[in-house]
Amino acid sequence: MTGWTRQDIPRARSAVTEPVAAGMEAFAQSWASAIIGTSYVPMTKAEVVEHLRGLTELLVEALLADTFRTSAAHEVGIRLVEAHFTGTETLDRTVQLMGDELLSELGRDGEPHLRSRIAALQGSLSAGYAQSLRERTLDEQEAIREAVLDARDHAEAALRASEARFRAVFAEAAIGMGISDTDGNILEVNQSLQDMLGYPASELRQRNLRSLMHPADAESVWGYYEQLLHGERDHFRVEKRFNRRDGQAVWTHLTISLVRDDDGQPAYQVAMVEDVTDRHLLQNRLRYQALHDPLTTLPNRALFLERLSKAFDGAAGTRIGLCYLDLDGFKVINDSLGHDIGDQLLVAVANRLDESVAGDGRLVARMGGDEFVILIEGSTGTQSIVDIADRVLDSLTAPVRIDGHELSVSASIGLVEREINGTTSADLMRDSDITLYWAKADGKSRWALYDPERNAREVARFTLSATMPAALERDEFYVDYQPLVRLEDSKVLGVEALVRWQHPEFGRLAPDRFIELAEETGLIVPLGRWVLRSACQQARRWMDEFGDATPFVSVNLAVRQSRDPALVNDVKSILEEFALPPHLLQLELTESAIMGTADEPLEALRQLSGMGVRIAIDDFGTGYSNLAYLKHLPVHELKIAGSFMEGMRAADGADPVDSKIVSTLVSLAHALGLTVTAEGVETPSQAERLRKIGCDAGQGWLFARPGPPHQIEVLF
Amino acid sequence: MERPEIDLRSASVARIFDYYLGGAHNFAVDRVLADAAAKLMPELPRMMQLHRRFLARAMRYLVEQGVTQFLDLGSGLPTAGGSAELARRLDPSSRVVLVDNDPAVIAHGTHMLDSANTAVVLGDICEPDLVLGHPETRRLLDFDQPVGLLLVGVLDFVGDVALPQVIARYRDAAAPGSHIVLTNFSVEGGLEDYQRTEQLYRDNTTIDFHPRSAAEVTELLAGFDLAEPGVVDISLWRPEAVEDLDEHPERSAAYVAVGRKP
Repeated sequence: MTGWTRQDIPRARSAVTEPVAAGMEAFAQSWASAIIGTSYVPMTKAEVVEHLRGLTELLVEALLADTFRTSAAHEVGIRLVEAHFTGTETLDRTVQLMGDELLSELGRDGEPHLRSRIAALQGSLSAGYAQSLRERTLDEQEAIREAVLDARDHAEAALRASEARFRAVFAEAAIGMGISDTDGNILEVNQSLQDMLGYPASELRQRNLRSLMHPADAESVWGYYEQLLHGERDHFRVEKRFNRRDGQAVWTHLTISLVRDDDGQPAYQVAMVEDVTDRHLLQNRLRYQALHDPLTTLPNRALFLERLSKAFDGAAGTRIGLCYLDLDGFKVINDSLGHDIGDQLLVAVANRLDESVAGDGRLVARMGGDEFVILIEGSTGTQSIVDIADRVLDSLTAPVRIDGHELSVSASIGLVEREINGTTSADLMRDSDITLYWAKADGKSRWALYDPERNAREVARFTLSATMPAALERDEFYVDYQPLVRLEDSKVLGVEALVRWQHPEFGRLAPDRFIELAEETGLIVPLGRWVLRSACQQARRWMDEFGDATPFVSVNLAVRQSRDPALVNDVKSILEEFALPPHLLQLELTESAIMGTADEPLEALRQLSGMGVRIAIDDFGTGYSNLAYLKHLPVHELKIAGSFMEGMRAADGADPVDSKIVSTLVSLAHALGLTVTAEGVETPSQAERLRKIGCDAGQGWLFARPGPPHQIEVLF
Repeated sequence: MERPEIDLRSASVARIFDYYLGGAHNFAVDRVLADAAAKLMPELPRMMQLHRRFLARAMRYLVEQGVTQFLDLGSGLPTAGGSAELARRLDPSSRVVLVDNDPAVIAHGTHMLDSANTAVVLGDICEPDLVLGHPETRRLLDFDQPVGLLLVGVLDFVGDVALPQVIARYRDAAAPGSHIVLTNFSVEGGLEDYQRTEQLYRDNTTIDFHPRSAAEVTELLAGFDLAEPGVVDISLWRPEAVEDLDEHPERSAAYVAVGRKP
């Protein structure tokens, strides 16, 4: 590599002889050895030698030239620096070596004019070296200074740009922003915040954050703020209301952050404020809509339930009352006058309710349809809620005028009032609903007060009716029999089958506990069929045992059964099943079942009668009896109700009216060709009177209580 | 990368290095610190020269291996005997990207260097993805061809990072046949003065000093096949002349190595 050696330096070839060349080479080698290491030079040693060889040549040519000039030595000094021989020791050694060795290496030691030339060349080389080094140093200083300043300018420009960007972000942000010192004094606010609060920056800058406190602020807001001030919290986010300068409220999402200095000490507070007023108002409106009935503007079911559940947060011993109200006959108004009138009526009723009961701790709500509810928080006892119910009923007595119609309206109200502990909102709702049903069942236009005992009874009824189908399948029912005895000779003519329920929980139940329920649920039909079959089966057994002495079995037929289209076929197939002669079966129906019926059941009775089955009218004389109609009916027997026996109990002083009635009934029956059995015969004197009157048979404790077949058959 | 402070009052590694090499790209603040360090460790200026000499030998070796593009990580000021100048001398067509975190180095390089074949990139060598993805890097270097990764006189000032992973990232980005050239000051030679020098740096600059053992240096070279003679003292890696040699090479003032990615 010879990159550092200039090839274009003019050479005075004439001066270079063999010994001179050898001397130059020797000098260049010595020179290299002397200065290598005095400076860092990015050259190998060979490259250094090559470089110095060139420089030696220059020096020697100048030294030996005919016309002595020192400019070449000046050039050599420059080129040493150019090759990065920048250490001062380099010059020192170079000058020294020139003086010590150059002439001797060239074999020209003894020439005084050359020695003086050497001195001149040394001076010139030193001057060139110094000049070059100075220029180089100044250049490099200039370069590095420029570079550093450039870099700094660049960094500062970047910083300024960055600051400008942040300032722009702050100034132009759509979100309101403010900066305050650690005492809360506002230092900077952006345009959005000024617009939001309606204050100019100059005014805000004179204020303290605390002056923006709003009376409606949650306590937590300023609690958080205190923590922030003390550096215990770095930021918090709350929903907060501000008052604008014009007095209007602004709802915001406010975030306040603490900015710390390098040492971690609080330095600034930065607030970011987002106007959420529209959203807030919308939420309020949506919430109102969600919690109010659009028609009457009363609170709706949701709000009522919310308030009800909150009412349970009260202290123990707090009382609560519910009036559950339902308009009577509203459906009729709706159906006959149209929904529009119906709706207006509801609005009118809602207004009256609200006016008559409104007040602290009372909430009138519409539950839906024509149902309203009044919640009384902190009620003082049953009387307080009854008073309210009376007031409500009162408020509804005046007719409501709608579109020229004078509408009379009434309501039924279920009342519940109790302490909050030990009950739940669900209990209250259920009980008031049940009580409302009672008020309706008791005749409407009234209130009913919740009665736990009545509820218990109804619950029991419900339980019974719910368990009855399974009971039938599990054979929990059985039949007792009570004889019908001929008064003349005490012969047992028939036995009445009486169904019983051996309930696993409630024990033995008489028919009055469950027959009515069975009628309501419709289970009476299968139950009645079961009783009929059991009785026929029993009759067949007795027939096998007692032959002609076998009494008929008398089976009660409920109203629903009598209207069951399958009745005739059922009876027929059961008789056939046990091959029981029809005259051994009597069916007992109540007056109402027979008299009040249309043609079809009557037709069924005629068919049964035609088959030979006996038909009896049970409890005769207690209903509205159409005596004239009696003769057209397929009836064989009248059973006179036990209530008439009361007056015939005593041996003397018997009630002449009862006796007269019974006597008349017996005469009437006999006139129609019917037999008569008196029920409820308890004393021998009753039996004696009946016998005298001509009554055919008696039934009652005097003869036998109802009992299982083996107890009864001993009487046959 | 965090923007380094530009402060004329604080010393810079790059300028101190230049001062030790006899340059004038330095300020009084640099020279005061450099002189103080040299007083504690008289061999320091010489060590700097040895680094430059090793760089020259290693780059010549790389060019012989066919590498003509260089990524000089922690280049320092591109002055006499720097990688840019060496590369130009060794092969005029070679391309060099200098990376340094000193903005002054970058500014200086921008002024001094011909941009056709050289580029200066302001960056932290510990963020390989940023360095490798820099537009200037991509403009000049073809990573489908072998690249010379130069880590000379720089790892001494890098600590507290997962250095093996950083180097592995560069290695993974380079094509097979690429080379790494690496130096790191050592304390194994028993240079008790290092600790004082280290303290001196710490007290006067933000510079942290991280000498490493031979084992640590070897770990950094994982995935490279080491060129002869492996991890050795700076003056023992293929010395060519007496001036390449340290006066006391047995003290291992700095470890160096050249490796090839297979």
